[in-house]
Amino acid sequence: MSYFTPDNLAIADEIISRYPVAKSALIPLLHLAQEQEGWVTDAAMRQIAELTDTTPAEVKGTGSFYEMFKFHPVGKYMVNVCTNLSCQLLGGEELLAHAEKTLGVKAGGTTADGMFTIEDVECIAACTEAPCLQVNYRYRLRVTDEDFDDLIDDIRNSRADDIPEHGTLGRVRQHIPVDAMAGIVPPEQANVRPVWLARNDEPAPAGAAEGEEV
Amino acid sequence: MSHSVPHAPGYVDNGGPKIVTSRFEHGDSFTLDRYEATDGYQGLRRALDRTPAEVHDEVREATVLGRGGAGFPAGVKWGFMPPGKFPYYLVVNGDESEPGTYKDRLLMERDPHQLIEGCLITCYALGLAQCFLYVRGEMALAQERIAQALNDAYAEGYVGKNILGTDFSVDITLTWGAGAYIVGEETALIESLEGNRGMPRLKPPYFPAAIGLYGQPTIVNNVETLSNLPWLMMNGAEAYKQFGSEASPGTRMVAVSGHVKRPGVYEIEQGVTTFRDLFYGDDFCQGIREDNGLKMFVPGGGSAPWFFPEQLDVPLEGRVVSGEGSMLGSGAIIVMDETTDAVKAALRLVRFYARESCGKCTPCREGTTWEERVLQRILDGEGRPSDIDMLLDIADNISPGPYPVAADPNQGLAAVPFPPKQTTICPLGPSSVAPITSTIRRFRHEYEAKITKRDSIPVSAALMSSAPGNSEAG
Ligand SMILES: Cc1cc2nc3c(=O)[nH]c(=O)nc-3n(C[C@H](O)[C@H](O)[C@H](O)COP(=O)(O)O)c2cc1C
Ligand code: SF4
Ligand code: FES
Repeated sequence: MSYFTPDNLAIADEIISRYPVAKSALIPLLHLAQEQEGWVTDAAMRQIAELTDTTPAEVKGTGSFYEMFKFHPVGKYMVNVCTNLSCQLLGGEELLAHAEKTLGVKAGGTTADGMFTIEDVECIAACTEAPCLQVNYRYRLRVTDEDFDDLIDDIRNSRADDIPEHGTLGRVRQHIPVDAMAGIVPPEQANVRPVWLARNDEPAPAGAAEGEEV
Repeated sequence: MSHSVPHAPGYVDNGGPKIVTSRFEHGDSFTLDRYEATDGYQGLRRALDRTPAEVHDEVREATVLGRGGAGFPAGVKWGFMPPGKFPYYLVVNGDESEPGTYKDRLLMERDPHQLIEGCLITCYALGLAQCFLYVRGEMALAQERIAQALNDAYAEGYVGKNILGTDFSVDITLTWGAGAYIVGEETALIESLEGNRGMPRLKPPYFPAAIGLYGQPTIVNNVETLSNLPWLMMNGAEAYKQFGSEASPGTRMVAVSGHVKRPGVYEIEQGVTTFRDLFYGDDFCQGIREDNGLKMFVPGGGSAPWFFPEQLDVPLEGRVVSGEGSMLGSGAIIVMDETTDAVKAALRLVRFYARESCGKCTPCREGTTWEERVLQRILDGEGRPSDIDMLLDIADNISPGPYPVAADPNQGLAAVPFPPKQTTICPLGPSSVAPITSTIRRFRHEYEAKITKRDSIPVSAALMSSAPGNSEAG
């Protein structure tokens, strides 16, 4: 039985088709699994192993290296407060403490209603807008304690519509129509010189667009 | 003259030359329509009118320095590809996560087509078979914008089979990470792209051009580096070299964060703008908050040895900054005013390296956590007098020899050795040393003040005096 829904299975196949080696799709597929259920289950990892020609142990081995993958249920909303240096200088730690107080859990914990998980995270590349945080990887910048409380209120009342549930990253997917693809070149297809490099062999056709007569 | 741009949070237009941020003023800068209306894909057309070798020559001639951290010229690195060992691959490093660094995310979110065009120019010049655009996992909007841009570019024939009707064909695959700083190191990036834990590979070979993705020759370049290429192809190396200094032509993006009045991301001319201009200039940060005194600053990302007020007149140029004992790195400048606790600030960066160590080699895995624990206990008032020397000793075990720090007047002008002295596989471990040596050499008294407050001195003094041969004798 398939873990992935039929739609997601089709997406998984398409993702794999864009790499010369199926194993390269391992991290994107773990994200897809997390998108489907909010966290990565054993059943998901077994199917990812089948799809990528690896073993479930390899999938877990790779996946567990990366902090974004959760192997147990987490809150619907992951609140990641940055406390790295630029944010620390402008109140990142105080913001984290406020978040912990407002939500009643410590960093790493999940609220009893399963809505929120708080994390104390490293630099999220918004250092000039400190202190800052992400909720399910959507930014909130120069956040005050009041802003934080409003944000939580908005989420609880479904008013933060730019924030999808945990697991969903980019909401636009890459899609390459089959006939537009150049064609994936596997590593073992050795020593096939790309055709356009032949242009180096002759003197340049000064300024003329070569494609014109094709 | 200078103004912030609301749809590009943090970006400030300082009125200077713009090579990579020229479209940021437009709210729809990320769309294909806007891109095509503002010279979009014209650089690619110019490139396709020339031979691949000529395009490579233009990049070499312009001296486009890498913007990912090491500042290595792209044209030279491209020359390391062993001839005839096809297929070759391109991996784009969009993993931006060095503390204080904020520029690649803006370029990916605000001008994805510019990056895509840069990738295409690179693939054309070197005969690359496929491009993998690796975006940091946490950057959902950047992933979304690049996916949309790629879909549009494929539909218009800019990417894929027979690009713009020519014999040039290449696919660009968007791929994304899942939260691990070390994956920014290029060999770890390749491991991650192969579906593995993101652990750096042993060196040599020093460049993935020799052995890269799937064992094939691979170019790894930073997002900002590649974003320069469309402009370069349009305007030529001569025009590029009109900006910046002779050794470091062009512009670069820097993020100034911390205790300044107007923190921001600025595109500056390399080798022209100084740190003083940047911190105090009206078009830049407009001074230190509350007009406080400047205590210290990180000139180029969490891994860079720190600078002090004496270095304010140093221009932002790789060579000069390394002559002063630090590096420009990833363009991340973190400013700290006189109210900052040096030990606390150092601890925060060290804690980052301890958390992010991949664990592959012992000096880094054990050393960084040890450093963190010692700094934490000093900060908590539990430090021992021997802790300061112990920190320096641990540091020396990770990165042996005199460490070039501006804080030490006796060796301020020593150049950063390359490759850096390290007992580790990659520079992450040694990076943890910079905040420690910088602060201890400069602010040893702050460490001592935290330690002498404790009565642990008599305790350890007692321990010393009970050492063998010291006590019982009498
Ligand atoms: C620990 C570590 C982290 C790094 N992180 C990044 C990063 O996030 N982005 C980046 O472009 N380069 C990063 N680098 C540098 C890359 O290894 C590589 O030099 C760079 O991507 C090459 O591109 P460039 O020549 O265009 O600068 C990192 C290096 C190290 C050692
Ligand atoms: S120095 Fe640290 S991060 Fe780099 S390979 Fe060794 S353990 Fe991993
Ligand atoms: S330090 Fe918080 S976003 Fe960079």
